[in-house]
Amino acid sequence: MAEPARAKPKPTPETQHFWDGTAAGELRLQRCDACANVYFPPRPFCPSCASRKVSVFKASGKARLYSYVINHRPAAPGFTPPYAIAVVELDEGPRMMSNIIDCPQTPEALELDMKLEVAFEKLDDKITLPQFRPAKG
Amino acid sequence: MRRNQVAVVGAAETTELGVIPNMSQIQLHADAALNAIADAGLKLSDIDGIATAVETPQQIAHYLGIKPTWVDGTSVGGCSFMLHVRHAAAAIEAGLCKTVLITHAESGKSMIGKLPRSTPPDSLNGQFESPFGVFGPPSMFPIPVLRYMKTYGITHEQIAMVAVVQREWAAKNPRATMKAPITVEDVLNSKMIAYPFRILQCCLVTDGGGALILTSAGRAKDFPQKPVYILGTGESVETPMVSQMETFNSSRAFTTAGPLAFKEAGIAHKDVDHLMIYDAFAHLPLFGLGDLGFMPHEETGRFIAEGNTRPGGKLPLNTNGGGLSYMHSGMYGMYALQESVRQMRGIAPAQVKDARISVCHGVGGMFAASGTIIFTNEK
Repeated sequence: MAEPARAKPKPTPETQHFWDGTAAGELRLQRCDACANVYFPPRPFCPSCASRKVSVFKASGKARLYSYVINHRPAAPGFTPPYAIAVVELDEGPRMMSNIIDCPQTPEALELDMKLEVAFEKLDDKITLPQFRPAKG
Repeated sequence: MRRNQVAVVGAAETTELGVIPNMSQIQLHADAALNAIADAGLKLSDIDGIATAVETPQQIAHYLGIKPTWVDGTSVGGCSFMLHVRHAAAAIEAGLCKTVLITHAESGKSMIGKLPRSTPPDSLNGQFESPFGVFGPPSMFPIPVLRYMKTYGITHEQIAMVAVVQREWAAKNPRATMKAPITVEDVLNSKMIAYPFRILQCCLVTDGGGALILTSAGRAKDFPQKPVYILGTGESVETPMVSQMETFNSSRAFTTAGPLAFKEAGIAHKDVDHLMIYDAFAHLPLFGLGDLGFMPHEETGRFIAEGNTRPGGKLPLNTNGGGLSYMHSGMYGMYALQESVRQMRGIAPAQVKDARISVCHGVGGMFAASGTIIFTNEK
């Protein structure tokens, strides 16, 4: 029997551009044309000023580690404990949940505020997840 | 809302707490409701308002045979019952109903007649949190802790003391699930769940329920129990996604609901004799002490570590043992309310002497929602 797979997102009309972006190797955010607010998760209006005039843009992919847990039990399907569940703060402002790859999953290695950069993990032809790894240099 | 216009005149938990393999979730609701109705000296037909969460009000009303003219199904997680109290008080004052029954029950351990919680893959949580390995509250609720600790200089030992102190309270309570004393060392050596939290910093998983009956203060004096008046109330919601909180240094839902209740009550923090802060996990009392304005966040860890909230301390906190040691069926808010009512009636197992004002603060989801109720036994 195959290993159980990790939970896979199912895009909606409002989030499709984000998932198209990760599949293309881009982290896409939205910015309000009226008030310049950058926000996440995706929606076709600005949660700060309610304007429907918003634009999608490619984010830098740079972030810092805001906080995390190292999950031991119970583990989610498709994950081998211990693994970190992190919240990263993007340079553009919004925060998102992700995982930290290419890094020991230990409190010593996972230092708050460490610099991170986006990486992409392809699950299938439709879904690629944004992940983060310690920034090079 | 005006102060002291509405009172709790009936309050009870399920006959048993802990592991209840011989009762379904809906029957646990009924068991708590019937106990509360008996406590208030009422008949089922006296109830004209009903509020509940998770289970629908129609389910509970029909099962109990209640014909309500006022209904509230607010379901925002474990603090739903604080919101029900607030809404019921407003409804009674507005004349929409006279006698409200609020029920909670959960077959959290035995899982009998309990709908499974699920996150659809096309919900925002399903798209932007579930794929990263979250699996139940222990993997989500502690995510803000490390940031909070760094910002305010809180230590692992200080947070461990939350569990130690609450076990001291639980030891005084015959109905508490866990009563054996523990030390900071025990906490920090217990099984790792989701770093930085270990199992003794995570809530219990049990079966049980509770129910409250509210009516106008004018009628309350005719009931058999000492009335417990509602002095102030507050509520708010922030986000269902813990990753999207405004900050991990505070809870916006807490800083909205708490101060609203204090303002309505017209009290200062020094007036508070007894405090309940919903403790699904050990960091919540720290967030609560800071966000409700009892002290700056920087001082919360030290305040607890120095014993100020333990039996005999100057601010008795979570005196039933809390979600960490008393019980936690999944939505603990009802049990915090029950303990506040017991303290105001003067009948708590670990009674705070001469307590006149009790603050009861709840959380729903992972900092998603909050409700604060301030009770008094003096009108």
